[in-house]
Amino acid sequence: MAKLPAGTLYRGKVGMWSWVLHRITGVAIFFFLLVHTLDTALVRVSPEAYDAVINTYKTPIIGLGELGLVAAILFHGLNGIRVILIDFWRKGAKYQNVMFWIVVVLAALLFIGFAPRHLAHVFHWNV
Amino acid sequence: MSAETKKIGEIPSYKVTLFVRRFNPEDGQEARWEDFDVEVFGTDRVLDALHKIKWEQDGSLTFRRSCAHGVCGSDAMRINGRNRLACKTLIKDLDMSQPIYVEPIKGLAVEKDLVVDMNPFYQAYRDVKPFLIASDKPAKERLQSAEERARFDDTTKCILCAACTTSCPVFWTDGQYFGPAAIVNAHRFIFDSRDEASEVRLEILNDKEGVWRCRTTFNCTEACPRGIEVTKAIAEVKQAILVGRR
Repeated sequence: MAKLPAGTLYRGKVGMWSWVLHRITGVAIFFFLLVHTLDTALVRVSPEAYDAVINTYKTPIIGLGELGLVAAILFHGLNGIRVILIDFWRKGAKYQNVMFWIVVVLAALLFIGFAPRHLAHVFHWNV
Repeated sequence: MSAETKKIGEIPSYKVTLFVRRFNPEDGQEARWEDFDVEVFGTDRVLDALHKIKWEQDGSLTFRRSCAHGVCGSDAMRINGRNRLACKTLIKDLDMSQPIYVEPIKGLAVEKDLVVDMNPFYQAYRDVKPFLIASDKPAKERLQSAEERARFDDTTKCILCAACTTSCPVFWTDGQYFGPAAIVNAHRFIFDSRDEASEVRLEILNDKEGVWRCRTTFNCTEACPRGIEVTKAIAEVKQAILVGRR
């Protein structure tokens, strides 16, 4: 009887880990969108119910969750462009590694622009 | 080893520990790690260490190898978490202060120790028709320009060792996927100007288990012992299906 192997984690490089991260952020964004569609649809039920649900979001925990959501979307969106370029640009496969680091730098820059302003809102800092 | 004790021409030797993933289908036990201490030279490869274990310590250790020089493609295995040919991996290029982990390649059923069932892999290879299909009957050879030959040169280098296919996360979870090696060998004929069955092969690979399963993780390109740009070849087949670009 043959058996399927187990053992160490495969030590892939940037290509593999960017794919893993792409999947994780993709699933996370999907669950956000699911909840987001539901809470927005509540406005059809009654505006009061919608307001009540949205008000429960105004806590620091959800605020930090939104921070994570933006980070996930930034990575997923930019890395998505990288994946498209790998498939459709002739030199995409050659430059996939450098494109990954461009994605990371761009995502980080955009995130730095967003995070302080968002955190100020969440924690009611006066800036 | 200090300079005084070292004789001229002597090759330095080291003691390394190898953890080998063992599995015996007849003892009813799960696969497990077994460690071996081996004295190796700086010029030794992982395959030499495995030979030493088999010849001097445990004759039951089972693995495939044939030419032992990176041509036959028999001894692909997972060395320290990456697919490599044991005969092309020098021990001194690994971190010798740490144990060396040797496992069978992933995604194919293990038959014993480091030997896996290669039949699904070969079947995917056969399915892409890896042979010249041409209707003309020339008196001599079929002519081809140097440029036309260069177009598919990279993918002629494949030795069917399965290092690429079994490094692919998609293949691990979906054994029906053709896998990088089969696509590389289809690429070799799809882009050959003498071949007349490109459309047939593109149709075979334009399947839900064909090229579209590729998620461009580049594990295959990194694993290939012949340095074939596997992911690039797959991308070219995708392009050929989509827009007919050859």
